Amino acid sequence: MLQFVLRRIAYAVPVLLGVSVVVFALVQLSPGDVVDIMVPPEASKEVAAALRKRYGLDEPIHVQYLLWLWHLLQGDLGTSIFTGQPVASELRGALLNTLKLAIPATLLGITLGIVLGTLAAHFNGTWLDKLFSATSIAGVSLPHYWVGIVLVAIFAVVLNVLPGQGMGPDGFPTSWEHIRHLILPVITMSLIPMGVVSRLVRASVLEVIGRDFVLTLHAKGLRGRRVLLHICKNAAPPVLAIIGLQFGYLLGGSALVETVFNWPGSGNLMMLAVFRRDAPVLSATIVVLAAIFVVINIVVDVLQALIDPRIRR
Amino acid sequence: MALATSEAHAGGTLRIAITAADVPTTTGMPNNGFEGFRFLGFPAFESLVHWDLSRSDRASDIIPGLAESWSQDPADLTKWTFKLRQGVKFHDGTDFNADAVVWNLARFYDPDSPQFDAQGSAATRARNPNVKSWRKVDDHTVEIVTDTPLSYFPYLIAYALMVSPAQFQKVGGTWEEFAKAPAGTGPFRIVEFKPRISATMERFDDYWNKASIAKLDRIVIYPMPEETTRLAALRSGQVDWIEMPPTDAIPSLKEAGFEIVTHSYPHVWPWEFNIKKPDSPFRDKRVRVAANYCIDRDSIVTFLNGTVEPAVGFFNRSHPLFGNPTERYTYDPDKARRLLTSAGYGPDKRVKAKVLISTAGSGQRTPLPMNELLQQTLSGCGFDLEFEVVDFGSLLVALRSDPTGPQAMGSDAMNMSLVTSDISMVARWFWSANFAPNGSNWGNWKNDEFDRVLEQIQRSTDQELIREKSARLHEILVDDAPWLWVVHDLAPRAMSKKVKGFVPVQAWFQDFTKITIDE
Repeated sequence: MLQFVLRRIAYAVPVLLGVSVVVFALVQLSPGDVVDIMVPPEASKEVAAALRKRYGLDEPIHVQYLLWLWHLLQGDLGTSIFTGQPVASELRGALLNTLKLAIPATLLGITLGIVLGTLAAHFNGTWLDKLFSATSIAGVSLPHYWVGIVLVAIFAVVLNVLPGQGMGPDGFPTSWEHIRHLILPVITMSLIPMGVVSRLVRASVLEVIGRDFVLTLHAKGLRGRRVLLHICKNAAPPVLAIIGLQFGYLLGGSALVETVFNWPGSGNLMMLAVFRRDAPVLSATIVVLAAIFVVINIVVDVLQALIDPRIRR
Repeated sequence: MALATSEAHAGGTLRIAITAADVPTTTGMPNNGFEGFRFLGFPAFESLVHWDLSRSDRASDIIPGLAESWSQDPADLTKWTFKLRQGVKFHDGTDFNADAVVWNLARFYDPDSPQFDAQGSAATRARNPNVKSWRKVDDHTVEIVTDTPLSYFPYLIAYALMVSPAQFQKVGGTWEEFAKAPAGTGPFRIVEFKPRISATMERFDDYWNKASIAKLDRIVIYPMPEETTRLAALRSGQVDWIEMPPTDAIPSLKEAGFEIVTHSYPHVWPWEFNIKKPDSPFRDKRVRVAANYCIDRDSIVTFLNGTVEPAVGFFNRSHPLFGNPTERYTYDPDKARRLLTSAGYGPDKRVKAKVLISTAGSGQRTPLPMNELLQQTLSGCGFDLEFEVVDFGSLLVALRSDPTGPQAMGSDAMNMSLVTSDISMVARWFWSANFAPNGSNWGNWKNDEFDRVLEQIQRSTDQELIREKSARLHEILVDDAPWLWVVHDLAPRAMSKKVKGFVPVQAWFQDFTKITIDE
């Protein structure tokens, strides 16, 4: 088992290195750089050149990359060229803000997804199955930023019962004032995991229900709950994999929802860095998110291996 | 006395959502362009020269600020003497004096000074590249020398904001730390800075100008780049004031009891023609003038729900420097077609051109449908236009690059919105000494008479002559049409009825000291 974990971790190293190269190259491929965006349009070439020299942007790209990687390996994520603030503190703040949304959204999405998916499989072919399936398809296919805007229009503008934007007070969400700000973005963000998970749970459960061993269990005289336990255990591995992925997506891929709700999270930080061509922030954010993604995948792999010994081989 | 105290504290908290994606820097040299200056520049920091934000009936001009007066040495026109205002305190309680000015100028113009601020320097030097040297004459007098005689130098120095040297030392001598606890001399002091979330300012009770002590207790600035988010924040009562409401939402906002404020200010939304590109049709003045006669400006005004006004020059028609140009642009397709015929075009030989436009961007309004509208009307006169659509960052890059280089993507014009506040801006965008890529005259337009008159203005000290010649410059700009004059923005903002006492002035900046809020 330990060997399995170590092997998984070893695989992650080239993945992260690859990500760092691609990210760095992509930032360089876009026209212009942070200095072009930073100085006012009326700046002369000379002013821009002085700034570029100051931030080492006049070095050849491979030198810039190696320097950046060297600092990264020492745990130094660098300084935002645009704001002058350390990337590590900006990113930590942004990730914490995103976690405030991503954890409840994942929990809500998964719970709803498992319940809807299992019920749909249980009532396979009936109108209930069709209703639940339609709900999950809607969850996957409606653009969630659009759903966010609609929710804001209803609950913030027309009914005026919930705030339409922002995070509310600082700190760990404990008070009602915090929670009010969470409700609409969390619901919006939970739609995709809800849809994806419920589709998969339904398919997975249906597939397991049809297998011979379930028939055998029934033949042995096992009933209801005990059979369901066996079904769930067998249906779990693919569901677990998708849950890990969905959580990873929410950490980095919720930029649109964060934009609609003006939520200062990691997606928002990444979008800003793209528009400002702020390479240190963008590269660090993507690499850190990729590392989190890799870690989540390792955890999921290990959990799957624990549940299903066949995977360990 | 009791009444006076309660009146002075009747202000309350004003919450404003701005269009920038982040809180503009709070170091006393805001980024995010003039929106940054409007909210986290002049309310908290000041310069030797101020923009007059007290009158709304005419275009704003400069007035004495932290300097009570200034003069130009008649024997050496590059030498300027600024007499400083006495009794001015920074927010940290220290005195503003000549040492502070000298320290701040080194911050921007001396890369070897310990307080050198690379970013602030880039932005300040971009707007005011001509400072050569400076010295303290006495505690209340400073001399600044420019690299060339420039009669409009006071307009340029208005963007070099002064901060407290003592406070900079106190926070540890870095701009990153200063951003969290800055000190200027303005009527508001910045008390809290949360990156990407908000900045909070409080009234500064020791402000030197007793007539302009702020009435508000507090202003909170929230960056909110998404217009529907700003709209929802206003309508749900999370903020009291939003910049740039979505134009479609204006009728419903009015119906719901919100105030929509619009006013003229020095902004233009043009196409800059590329004169350098060898096969650009706009090298021919007749084609440029024809294009100006072939756009239906009123339809754009209607399309944007009245939040812009037609532009028929760099300045708007009521500007004192508009002059008396020969060309008076209206929507006149027949005249445009005649001009094109004289330039050798016709139904069998239509004008083909490519325009570089952005998807969005600061001051750009809604560039895609606006440009499509132009494309449509211009087509009726014989123009076949195609667009190269890029993000705003790429457009900025192109603006600073050679108009025949790869950044321009082969375009014959580009759509960029710009500041038109004074004659220094005219020089910046149109002087042939400023050809891109070394300056801001992107299209490399050159007109000999224009250059001659501009140089006369730069070297003159006679205010009447400067005014007269400046109007002549503008007449040349209208008649020679280096740009397609489309619209001037009217700075729409929406606010709740609780906001009282706001009088918009014809400037990029506004006075927040007279505002109160009913809580």
